[in-house]
Amino acid sequence: MRNLLVFITKYNAFFLFLIFEISSLVIYIKYNSFQKATFINSTGKVTGSLYAEMDVLSGYLSLREVNDSLARENARLRNQLKSSFYVDTLAKRKVDDTIYKQQYTYIEAKVINNSVNRSNNYITINRGSKQGIGKGMGVICSSGLVGKVVFVGEHLSVVQSLLHKDSRFSAMLAKNKEIGYIEWADNLDPHKGFLKDVSNSAQPHIGEEVVTSQYSLFPAGIPIGKVSNLKTRAGGYSLNMEVRLDVDFSKLQYVDVIINKFAPEQATLEAQQKKDE
Amino acid sequence: MHPSRRHWRRSKRKMSRTILINLLRFIVLVFMQVFLLKNITLYNISTPYLYILFILLLPFEIPNVLLFALSFILGLTIDAFYDTPGLHAASCVLLAFVRILFISITVQKEGFDNEPEPTLSVMGFRWFLTYSVTLTLFHHFFLFNLEVFRFSEIPYTLGRFFMSSIFTVFLMLLSGFLFYRIKERK
Repeated sequence: MRNLLVFITKYNAFFLFLIFEISSLVIYIKYNSFQKATFINSTGKVTGSLYAEMDVLSGYLSLREVNDSLARENARLRNQLKSSFYVDTLAKRKVDDTIYKQQYTYIEAKVINNSVNRSNNYITINRGSKQGIGKGMGVICSSGLVGKVVFVGEHLSVVQSLLHKDSRFSAMLAKNKEIGYIEWADNLDPHKGFLKDVSNSAQPHIGEEVVTSQYSLFPAGIPIGKVSNLKTRAGGYSLNMEVRLDVDFSKLQYVDVIINKFAPEQATLEAQQKKDE
Repeated sequence: MHPSRRHWRRSKRKMSRTILINLLRFIVLVFMQVFLLKNITLYNISTPYLYILFILLLPFEIPNVLLFALSFILGLTIDAFYDTPGLHAASCVLLAFVRILFISITVQKEGFDNEPEPTLSVMGFRWFLTYSVTLTLFHHFFLFNLEVFRFSEIPYTLGRFFMSSIFTVFLMLLSGFLFYRIKERK
């Protein structure tokens, strides 16, 4: 017994190392899936408010770009106004989900914390459950798809951006509506994604637009990027192609969270179906 | 006053000074890491993690328990801002362990009274360079591999690890020279 104590005190550094290392690894493995609520993250009281304060300061530096993007978005929205359509747009607007009953509502939010240079990137926004944000909602910005909400605090939420190893969204080629899914490219380049599993019959060409499909969290047709490089797996059953992302994630300032009215219903229905199988 | 008592007084004042300096260093380094360096990446590959300088510069005489506890807390603080619970904490604890080994190998126990902290100005350029390079390599290697946790990306992870280590060590040396003080010998 005494020898054991002597042994432990002699090599106390090693045993302390074991204790602390194991406890931090336990924290890492237990909480890092992000499925579980955790107390150590940037929606916390201290970290969240610090980020918000810092963001007020840094917001001044990019006013010009924000202005530009807002002006562009204004123009785009004005194009969609009823007054800018002919009479025969009625048929066209019927396709739009909003004509009979609003399916999607948007909540604007400000990005208060952002990263693009890690292998799993998250964005913190200044809206939370109090403003009606829920887990799993889609997030877009004026130039395209951003990600989905994975963790909701009272006033802040964390968004898993497209630049994340686990991010995968249903997407399609804008022209011929061939469905695939979009993923982040594997070399940590924040401007590149992959569109995968597009059927062989599609004939994509470079520069073609890639948008969200109707099977995603997002309304169909939200821009994602443009096909920049075609590469086919030899003998594969599907096409993979490289996509240059429209959104510049490093300059993200304002985003919109999409609330899909039918999402809960769809989720319960699909869960039911899974249970029945 | 009794001489030993006076000595005790003086050492107490010295200690509170050390605590104050380290507290300040902790805050400054965390702020710098979180608000400045977090946004800096060179060519998508090199990200500096200067905050570990805090662990490097803790005094020689710090008890092991305190060293590990401080490293753990520092790691968790960074984790809170980076949204990666446990990742930086684990790397920092490893770093603390490597620090203990490195110092026990390279520094004699005598002479700690005059040289309280392993800074660049106290220990000299060559020692500090080896010290910071070794510890940074250990920390970054562990950090990047734990973060990615995939064997398929080892070449890219190694590239990131290597370039980031260079960047971090560069910043450490820079700050070392910035706060360089000519050694006062008695």
